Amino acid sequence: MTSVLRENISLAITGSGGSGMLSAGELLLRTAAKTGFYGLLTRSVGPQIRGGESAALIRLAHYPVETHDDHFHVLLAADWNNFHRFAGEIVLGEDVLVIVDEQAGDLPEMVAAVADEKSILRLPLHALARELDARVNMVALGFLGALLGMEQDMLRAVVQDFFRRKKRDRFIEPSLAALEKGRELAEPLLKARGGPLIATPGKPCRDMADCGARWLISGNRAVATGFLQAGGRFVAGYPITPATDMLEWLAPRIGRAGGLLVQAEDELAAINMVLGASFGGLPAMTATSGPGFSLMVEGLGLGVMAEIPALIVDVQRVGPSTGIPTKSEQGDLQLALCGAHGDAPHLVLAPDCVVDCLHTTAWALHLAERLQCPAVLLSDQKLGQMLSITDAIPPAPWKAERKLKESCAENEEPYKRYAITEDGVSPMALPGTPGCLHTVDGLEHDERALPSSQVEDHAAQLEKRHRKLARLEDWPDEEMAHWADIMGSGEVAVITWGSSAGAAREAVRMAADEGLHARHISLRLLWPPQKNRLARLLEGVRRLIVVEQSHSGQFLHYLRAHYDLPEVVVSCRRPGPRPITPRQVLRALREACEMKETFSERVCT
Amino acid sequence: MNRPQQPPKPADYKSGVHPVWCKGCGDFGVLAAMTRAFAHLGLPKEQVAVVSGIGCSGRIPAYVAAYGFHGLHGRALPVATGLKLARPDLTVLAAGGDGDIYSIGAAHFVHTCRRNPDITLIVMDNRVYGMTKGQPSPTSEPDFAAALQPEGPGVPPVDGLLLALASRASFVARGFSGQPNELADIIVAGIEHPGFAVIEVLSPCPTFRPEQREWKRHVQAGLLQPAKTLEEAMAQVIAAPALSTGIVWREERAPAPMMPRPESVKELATMRARELAWIEKSFHP
Repeated sequence: MTSVLRENISLAITGSGGSGMLSAGELLLRTAAKTGFYGLLTRSVGPQIRGGESAALIRLAHYPVETHDDHFHVLLAADWNNFHRFAGEIVLGEDVLVIVDEQAGDLPEMVAAVADEKSILRLPLHALARELDARVNMVALGFLGALLGMEQDMLRAVVQDFFRRKKRDRFIEPSLAALEKGRELAEPLLKARGGPLIATPGKPCRDMADCGARWLISGNRAVATGFLQAGGRFVAGYPITPATDMLEWLAPRIGRAGGLLVQAEDELAAINMVLGASFGGLPAMTATSGPGFSLMVEGLGLGVMAEIPALIVDVQRVGPSTGIPTKSEQGDLQLALCGAHGDAPHLVLAPDCVVDCLHTTAWALHLAERLQCPAVLLSDQKLGQMLSITDAIPPAPWKAERKLKESCAENEEPYKRYAITEDGVSPMALPGTPGCLHTVDGLEHDERALPSSQVEDHAAQLEKRHRKLARLEDWPDEEMAHWADIMGSGEVAVITWGSSAGAAREAVRMAADEGLHARHISLRLLWPPQKNRLARLLEGVRRLIVVEQSHSGQFLHYLRAHYDLPEVVVSCRRPGPRPITPRQVLRALREACEMKETFSERVCT
Repeated sequence: MNRPQQPPKPADYKSGVHPVWCKGCGDFGVLAAMTRAFAHLGLPKEQVAVVSGIGCSGRIPAYVAAYGFHGLHGRALPVATGLKLARPDLTVLAAGGDGDIYSIGAAHFVHTCRRNPDITLIVMDNRVYGMTKGQPSPTSEPDFAAALQPEGPGVPPVDGLLLALASRASFVARGFSGQPNELADIIVAGIEHPGFAVIEVLSPCPTFRPEQREWKRHVQAGLLQPAKTLEEAMAQVIAAPALSTGIVWREERAPAPMMPRPESVKELATMRARELAWIEKSFHP
């Protein structure tokens, strides 16, 4: 164990069902946010509906963090029951400090392999909790709070608030007593170390105004907020992990924003309700995950054909089929890009961090409305359910703006819903507009929306639907600035999409500290591809590392199909649920610099 | 709603698009009844939306002078639901066939009955898949032999009215396309009903079920009468011959919640900044 004060620490808190370790983790993160830390929390849970083993994985830092570190510095375990199930996700560092209940028994092999006896503390966590008629998680929380130098008053306030909100006031007193016991347990260690494990950051917040500078937000909530900010007002969805909590968060809030949420009977209904509402003029979305998105593909094609804006949020989980519902993977890219039958151009976007979930959602809705076309937003379980301490997120600058046909005069020629226009977008008359009566159609149609099986109509309408999207290449750079994010410079570049960006950005920063200058490119707009724009970002790049959380290399194949890539390309990939971590990308960067061959496929080790 | 000066005529609600239907198709009668009902109610055309799925029935929106949505096979009801909830100011109808509503869209049918949006559904039942040329449908008789099922389906048909009642639809009726005046009255009652109205229409297919031309001799108009209890309504449906018409069930039940009528969609996108600030507050640690 080192006594140097860190600016960045990772903790894993685990226990079996009922130990409340997830709550302890959330309360620790909340207190950290008030203390002035940045940080994040992800949960790892077993397949049980309720209870079962669970782990709260936390990272705290003095600077914004987007992803977990490669390994954990502190492991607190209320017991070792089923601990092996997390083995692949909780990689312990060599300097790990292990805190475990004294009754927990033998160390699991993976813990014994890294931690020596000096770094293991066996404490009476359960016994103390029992004595006070409190839960073990409160003792653990008191201990960890002290270990991290958090003020006891702050911690107490957060715990009180937690139980008051849950209307469980009777738990407050024993819990506060347990917190105190936990703090006392940490004292010898603090004394021996000469202080907490991490320096206390800047100024903590004392009141709401102060605290507003930091947000505690998950990717799913950020998506929901971006949708509302951009003017989204109708949501239909069907429960599915890990998207349900977005719908549940929206349900009590969307009404106050003047909107409506419907729980549909299935995903087929959800996407069709969205299309119906959007046909009526309301900016609308649905949120789902892979299995639900598979069902919605039918509706996606209809949205393309009938030119109805819609936002489909796919919070990806491990697939195929039911896969691993609670864990993350970037496996739906191909489905999102190519899902619908026929030539069905539509928008595909991906947020690349929790903060960006808000902005890219707003942009996706804006583009969908403006281009009268469905947009698929690919988030994932990692982003969606990661609770993150961020700076207050500035409002998204994009609004849902649809080109409307406001009226049709009687002596005008009949309204052409699908008029061939220069930019491919035809002014839309909403139901209720006098004189513009028409029937939108999933059948191929002519300009007036009448069904047509004629060669000429199909060709003209296909081209129009394609052109709407293709024109994005010609949009001014300032309007398209959000399409990708670029950081750093150098002849080596790492390219990612979606949640892998966090690890890549951190790797590029670490590489710079080593004197290795690289750039990172994160694509947010995946369809339509922006060939010239990416060429500009890749100018001077000789070696490109394609990083993704996919077994088959879906992103690599997408890039190969639609872009000109530098001569040397390294595909660095692994399937979920094991996350891409900063040091994996760093290693890939170092290796790429020494590579002789022009193409290499490898598992990120 | 501004009613037109002259009382509208049924012909005013025809779009002028020539139907793809076969000569003698029952769906012409449904179209006639719909336009009569609209004229009777004096609905402004632009305030009416007709949503359909796929099949012969699916073509009906384009033949009506109204806003229309010709969507996916089986999915008319969710589209109509989304539209009605988003736009309570519109009169929304959904149209479908027996395959559309009772087979591929059966789940949507059950749950739309439960949800009770203020929509009128017209199920054009001809006991056959017409558009795909003559396969047995969920309402076909067990011995209806066809190329795809040479021995006939051999299973009991779906009873749409019974299914609607069991799913707690708040308005359930059956009409006959060969009696468009009675059917128009039922459609008027369905539109006026503040909730989900299920209207099954016996609509013969002269091409693949020529024997249905005889229906006009056997239909017992008005045999179904509004029941006092659900039990009684079900008993009536079970006891009455399949070719009987009338409104069998009407119940006052709160319709699915809808959007507060937005003054304009544009305004909606920028309104309620105060509420958005309130939402952001929930992110304060």
